[in-house]
Amino acid sequence: MNLEVILRAGLSTGTILIFAAIGEIFAERSGVMNLGVEGMMLIGAMAAFKVSYVTQNAWLGLLAGILAGGILSLAHGLVVISLQADQTVSGLSLTFLGTGLALVIGEGLTGLNTPTIPTVTLPLLSKIPFIGLIFFTDFNLLVYVGYLLIPLSWYFIFKTRPGMHLRAVGEKPSAADSLGISVYGTRYLYTFIGGCLAGLAGATISIAISPGWYSNLTTSGQGWIAIALVIFARWNPYTAALGGYFFGMLRRFTLDLQGPAMILGLRNPFFYDHNLVFFLQMVPFALTIVALVWGSGAARRNRRGTPAALGIPYVRGERGL
Amino acid sequence: MTNLPENTPYAVEMQDIVIRFPGVLANDHVNFTLRKGEIHALLGENGAGKSTLMNVLSGMYQPESGTIRINGEPVSFRSPKGAIASGIGMVHQHFMLVPTLTVTENILLGLNEPKFIMKLATYDKKIQKLQETFGLKVDPTAKIWQLSVGEQQRVEILKTLYRGAEILILDEPTAVLAPQEIDELMETMRTLVSQGKSIIFISHKLNEVQAVADRLTVLRKGKATAEGIDPQGLTRTQLAELMVGRKVIFQVEKVEREPGEVVLEVENLSTTNNRGLPAVRNVSFQIQEGEIFGIAGIAGNGQSELVEAVTGLRPIEGSVRINGTEVGNCSPQKSIRCGLAHIPEDRTGMGTAPNLSITKNIIMKNYAQDPISNGWRIDYLAAHDHAAELKEVYDIQAPTVETMARKLSGGNLQKLILAREISGDPKLIVAMQPTRGLDVGAIEGIQRLLLEQRQKGAAILLISEELEELLMLSDRIAVIFDGELVGEMAASQADLNQIGMMMTGALRSDG
Repeated sequence: MNLEVILRAGLSTGTILIFAAIGEIFAERSGVMNLGVEGMMLIGAMAAFKVSYVTQNAWLGLLAGILAGGILSLAHGLVVISLQADQTVSGLSLTFLGTGLALVIGEGLTGLNTPTIPTVTLPLLSKIPFIGLIFFTDFNLLVYVGYLLIPLSWYFIFKTRPGMHLRAVGEKPSAADSLGISVYGTRYLYTFIGGCLAGLAGATISIAISPGWYSNLTTSGQGWIAIALVIFARWNPYTAALGGYFFGMLRRFTLDLQGPAMILGLRNPFFYDHNLVFFLQMVPFALTIVALVWGSGAARRNRRGTPAALGIPYVRGERGL
Repeated sequence: MTNLPENTPYAVEMQDIVIRFPGVLANDHVNFTLRKGEIHALLGENGAGKSTLMNVLSGMYQPESGTIRINGEPVSFRSPKGAIASGIGMVHQHFMLVPTLTVTENILLGLNEPKFIMKLATYDKKIQKLQETFGLKVDPTAKIWQLSVGEQQRVEILKTLYRGAEILILDEPTAVLAPQEIDELMETMRTLVSQGKSIIFISHKLNEVQAVADRLTVLRKGKATAEGIDPQGLTRTQLAELMVGRKVIFQVEKVEREPGEVVLEVENLSTTNNRGLPAVRNVSFQIQEGEIFGIAGIAGNGQSELVEAVTGLRPIEGSVRINGTEVGNCSPQKSIRCGLAHIPEDRTGMGTAPNLSITKNIIMKNYAQDPISNGWRIDYLAAHDHAAELKEVYDIQAPTVETMARKLSGGNLQKLILAREISGDPKLIVAMQPTRGLDVGAIEGIQRLLLEQRQKGAAILLISEELEELLMLSDRIAVIFDGELVGEMAASQADLNQIGMMMTGALRSDG
């Protein structure tokens, strides 16, 4: 167990959560809650792995993963935006649909090897003492993409015109509509972007960070964590990133904790009693709940919270938002 | 008022507009014209079709038939964008502002400039300049949720002006304002027309119309009952007849009555709002049997929180007693047992369950009592009879008592709430904005019911933004400003101007 390993593992596995969470932030900022992240991630992971295997080209695989997530999200978009159905129900069904499709199409992929996205050490930056080693050395390329995505998406949402339109549609669609902003168009667009990023998150697992196809264990519930992160982060990419990396570290830490027989001169209970390990594995998830409760209270007080129109279908001329 | 010559060209000509919603003819061959540089008032009851007509003009709805001409050119708008491009700007009654964005951001929303990066500081300055031209002051960097209603309205007007609007539609702009703010708005309207803008002013108050409008059009049930007439010389009764189609008695009879024992005692009451900020500060008052205590104030000065504190819905500091029993920080059920009736501001959210039937809404308070309940089971036959009886007594217009509450009109919904609350002979009635948004006929009915209860000996706490209503119904009036009661007076000695000043915090008298 050492700090460097845990930090690096957090940055690496956290990237997966960050892609998915930022995608969901985009969708929810437009007013569309998509609980199908897990399904979209899984189908993204499967598509990326399969295309990468068939074409022997990881880049094509990556593209396929992104598009698979995006296309699946459009099904959700159709149901909740145009048909105004309940977003919770549709999102949950999307998880089942995505998982089911991925398992069927991904049949027989387990145990195969594919080309993967390369691991890179950044020149110059990696020379910085300590920081270079922790942040810029020997990471998968997608980890660096994650670094970039965080500030870019923040800047886009809060400092650009399309970002302002996005927020307006999620806060008060009737106002946006009255000013000629297409509410449906905006919602479809960001639902799709959200799906693409969830697909990217899936691809990040299967062909980059922990390559392979392990059916539904590939994502193993990380889509749900991403959704929780979004709420914890109050729809802010920076906070989501902090949470994502921290969660990644925590998982690594609890994993490492099972290794040594002695810790600080004491018998390590997790080494000796296998049943305790289940509790240990639960810790990151339990902490997620604590963070959620703490985060939402603070957000309500400062009006930095849920987009007001989140989950509410928009019908022109109807009372409400 | 500017007396425009007869031959002033038209900015807007709408002819034979027909709009049909499922089951209603919202606009039945309506004609409407607006001259350049004119203020044209549009009046009518709720549901008369005013907003529909204006939504046609602003591109929200497409008419079934009829023609629209702007500056003589025929147009047909497919979306609000087209209307905006033709110089039409609508200030909606329910503001179309995004609460979490700043003033500047709201004004820039939907425009092609800035292209991508916002550069808000530059635009803040631009908007400052625009404000100075038209005398509309508001901080461009403030977020909308931090602004008063009057300021938000100014943002709406600025928004249309920034888009180069020449024709402004103001949809009941005065409904949400305090008297002083109304005067300011009228000053703004005069400034705007003096700079060549034309204004359509929707209102249902004759005095306002006479103060600013050049011409007047009245709608009733989708048809125009007066087209472009001169508002001067029209009496209130004549106008009401045009709007309602029958004579309306404005003054409800109020009988003198000696107040009795103290029913409600509020002592040093303080509470916070949903954001945890102080909303009600150290408020004390008493209400006696057979007395109506009115509280005036601009929305958002702590009225909602005060009502929730008194009705047991919000934790408090201090004390609230009904007939000597402490009910503060207890359950609403305890307050109800002490004889509380609550007529909430939010009729569909708090007042009723919209997707339940009239019957179920009516028995919400006495569902556990004989004869509706025998022990643990609800006797729906008895409930049905009870509801049917109240529907008759309170004249709730609906096909049956099994009709869902959400299908009722505002007036009937309010009657349903009153039927439930009042039928149990309450000791204390807390009514918040009981007539808001209702039409003249329904208002009269509700006011009558409240006075009847006063006669029967109920103590009534009435919170309203309608000063006239408060003066007419109340025995005593207090003004709430920033969570404090800043003045209290007998209604017979109340002075509208003085109350208006207290409402904006310009004056306070503790006595």
